Amino acid sequence: MTPRELADGDSDLSLAQWALERARARGATAVEVLTSTAEALSAGVRLGEVEKLKSSRERRIGLRVFVERSSACASTAELSRDGLDRFIEETIALARVTARDPWSGLPPAQLHPREIPQLNLADSEHGVVGAERALDMARRAERAALSSNPAITNSEGAEFHSGWHRLTFLNSQGFGASYEATSYSLVATPIAQANGSMQRDYWYTAARRYDQLQEPEEVGLIAGQRARRRLGARKIRTTKAPVVFDPEMGAGLISAVAAAACGHALYAGASFLKDKLGTQIAAPQVELIDDPTIVGGLGSRPFDGEGAAAYRKALITNGELKTYLLDSYSARKLGLASTGNAARGIGGPPSAAPTNLYLAPGYESPEQIIRSVEKGLLVTELIGFGINLVTGDYSRGAAGFWIEGGEIAYPVEEITIAGNLSQMMRDIVMIGNDLHWRSWVAAPSIKIAEMTIAGA
Amino acid sequence: MANELIQPDKFFLNRFGLSERAFEKVLDTALERRADYADIYFEWRSNESINLEDSMVNRTAKSVNQGCGVRVCAQERTGYAYSDEITVDRMRLAAQTARMIAEQSAGGRQPVTVGQPVDRHDLYALSTLPLEVEASKKVALLEEIDRAARAYDPRIKNVMASVATETKIVLMATSEGKLAADVQPLCRLNVTVIAEGNGTRQMGFFGGGGRLEYDYFLDGERWREFVREAARQAIVNLEAVDAPAGEMVVVLGPGWPGILLHEAIGHGLEGDFNRKGASAFSGRIGEQVASPLCTVVDDGTLAHRRGSLNVDDEGTPTSRTVLIERGILRGYLQDRLNARLMNMPLTGNGRRESFAHMPMPRMTNTFMLAGDSAPEDIIRSVDRGIYAASFGGGQVDITNGKFVFSASEAYLIENGRLTRPIKGATLIGNGPEVLRRVSMVGCDLQLDAGIGTCGKDGQSVPVGVGLPTIKIDAITVGGTHA
Repeated sequence: MTPRELADGDSDLSLAQWALERARARGATAVEVLTSTAEALSAGVRLGEVEKLKSSRERRIGLRVFVERSSACASTAELSRDGLDRFIEETIALARVTARDPWSGLPPAQLHPREIPQLNLADSEHGVVGAERALDMARRAERAALSSNPAITNSEGAEFHSGWHRLTFLNSQGFGASYEATSYSLVATPIAQANGSMQRDYWYTAARRYDQLQEPEEVGLIAGQRARRRLGARKIRTTKAPVVFDPEMGAGLISAVAAAACGHALYAGASFLKDKLGTQIAAPQVELIDDPTIVGGLGSRPFDGEGAAAYRKALITNGELKTYLLDSYSARKLGLASTGNAARGIGGPPSAAPTNLYLAPGYESPEQIIRSVEKGLLVTELIGFGINLVTGDYSRGAAGFWIEGGEIAYPVEEITIAGNLSQMMRDIVMIGNDLHWRSWVAAPSIKIAEMTIAGA
Repeated sequence: MANELIQPDKFFLNRFGLSERAFEKVLDTALERRADYADIYFEWRSNESINLEDSMVNRTAKSVNQGCGVRVCAQERTGYAYSDEITVDRMRLAAQTARMIAEQSAGGRQPVTVGQPVDRHDLYALSTLPLEVEASKKVALLEEIDRAARAYDPRIKNVMASVATETKIVLMATSEGKLAADVQPLCRLNVTVIAEGNGTRQMGFFGGGGRLEYDYFLDGERWREFVREAARQAIVNLEAVDAPAGEMVVVLGPGWPGILLHEAIGHGLEGDFNRKGASAFSGRIGEQVASPLCTVVDDGTLAHRRGSLNVDDEGTPTSRTVLIERGILRGYLQDRLNARLMNMPLTGNGRRESFAHMPMPRMTNTFMLAGDSAPEDIIRSVDRGIYAASFGGGQVDITNGKFVFSASEAYLIENGRLTRPIKGATLIGNGPEVLRRVSMVGCDLQLDAGIGTCGKDGQSVPVGVGLPTIKIDAITVGGTHA
């Protein structure tokens, strides 16, 4: 089934229009309707054999209805007109038992874009790729991982994913638009073994266009090297030392900071960045940017979850917190303007979130950063949920490499790194020049002056 | 509506105009090539969530999900195709896609005959499904919770509370002719508060529920306990000092700290990882992996628990599986595919998040049986260490066995007494080692209040955990105070 065939017959737009009219007829004073149509195929191989093949097709409608200042959200896959009409009636009934919230409502109409930017999010040439090609990509990546070095003796396999979706948005103040997007990803997860111990690692590539994926052989090779280099890892003694986050871990770090800058956490008093707008919250070289308009970006979108125009903004410039990330509700509540950061599932209320988020690169190469560390830790993996956004307290399970005299000495594991996000942001002493987009969040290598490392 | 009034085996037939003959045709299509097994999974699920913040119930949402998936298994291969459109044509198309993993067949096989019902448990028959309780009653409860939490202490500055309810109806038809159906209710009440004082802000949380009547929250005003616990935790944490860093004695309180077992042991004993030799526990059945004080089970048959199921998502009745018996590794958790390939018995642990996912071996309710020690004696035996009363989430790397879980309420133990509260810290250990260091097990086994959600390979399923008070002689505590 191609995207074109799905669009035939009952189009998403006519379905959305019908639902909007029904909601109005049943007493809604304002309405938003979203439809999502999606197709996907994923293929997995393990030790050279096909392990799984998964194919899907989904279509849903979601709505947010307002009865004056009361509102409710809903979504359903039951798309028969009778069923949907009943569902709309139930949703309006739910809105009527919801509180009159003085801050609720659609975004100001002037926030809707006059023109929808062309962000090139869909690869119409490749669409959802066929099973043979998907299996071939996975096979090639896994083969490369298994043959990357002799320590790789086993595998959790490799998986290729290909997806297409179309989102249509319509609201009762006359804004309506639709866009399509594709995504492709490939991941390989080999297992290395030596002296009775096992280590697993992975590497991946992801893009909106098929041709922009990293070669499967390269993905597999890196995955294999990553698994092998962890062998022989030891636990170190508890200490305080500089910590270097590699780009993947750095991306996680800036995501946590951005989450604390999102509207909901702020008005709920659940963020350590509350009341910090316009103040120095990070080292002066820190520049953190959210940009939904990157052409072909994995986090790009032509408008946000409420139909507000998308634009680039710096959250942090020269270490100063310049803006929060807001949807229209949190903006009204905080007495600010929406930043076009409303994110939402088809059936949930909008809530602010970053889009393409990145930390602007610095000047040092990752090698120079390592060389600057006399004794310290390079972190390449973090696990667990030990980030408290209310206080900024940070404590996570870590693995990586011990650095001695500016050189990687040996792999380490079963340790934690701990600190506080506000302090960690101020303690950023070096930012690498190695910024590469591999996901919707990207960071170069980051060196933090000192953290507590707990081990033996 | 009571859940015995919904006939899950008839629900999909009536609603979508299907028949058992149609299932047979789809399964015959699925098995046209050389395959071992095929099944069809139908799901209809309705959810409602009602949320309070800033003293207003201002966010409500509902959703209906439905769909069906066809799976074909051949040796180690699985083909799966699903759609949210439930029609015979769609199912047949899905069967044709799913069977692509199988090789061309040489000869014919017996046509499938569907209709043999599965003997399932009856663990959560309710007189009223929580989803069916009027929204206005839930709104009133949340408003009362807001007032009670703010009245607990003037330092409570914000209250967020929610009631989430779900009804899930499933039907499975297998190429072995079995037909299994179930109605699975679920409900949960969450209370989060923010306290301010002492120049700091802290959060407190308590939640719970299960496959229960909504009235569970109202009986004896049980919701007040939720409020008290959340508020108490936030206020305690206002006084928290930096947590220590390094290896030390840790006493885990009863109940939710059982997340230790889930991360350290449970995932590593799931059949898929072990079949592939990818788990730190692979090939170790019969070995001593824990102190003789430890017996750990996974039990999907506990009435009304969040992690319980009458049948798993492959139509196998759930069971009680002994994972570790007096320290010896006894068993793995299995789904059909891995049980067949490992030639081991089914345990009823084949679970999936929804029709959009393939089943995998997953935990249900995982807990350690009670020992003999009095909890006070356990604390009294510690000169210097920490006592962890509650936790946030955890995670494990099943291959090297390293796991973490993060304390959300913990105290220093000094000279056998709890002294000061400490800030949240992550604990890190090694699955095959940590239970060997258990030197005392309390007589106070508790199951958690019903808030667990386990994520694996992108799929979330409700689970339960449980633990008596235990003492671990050494584990690394990830505080900031080195």
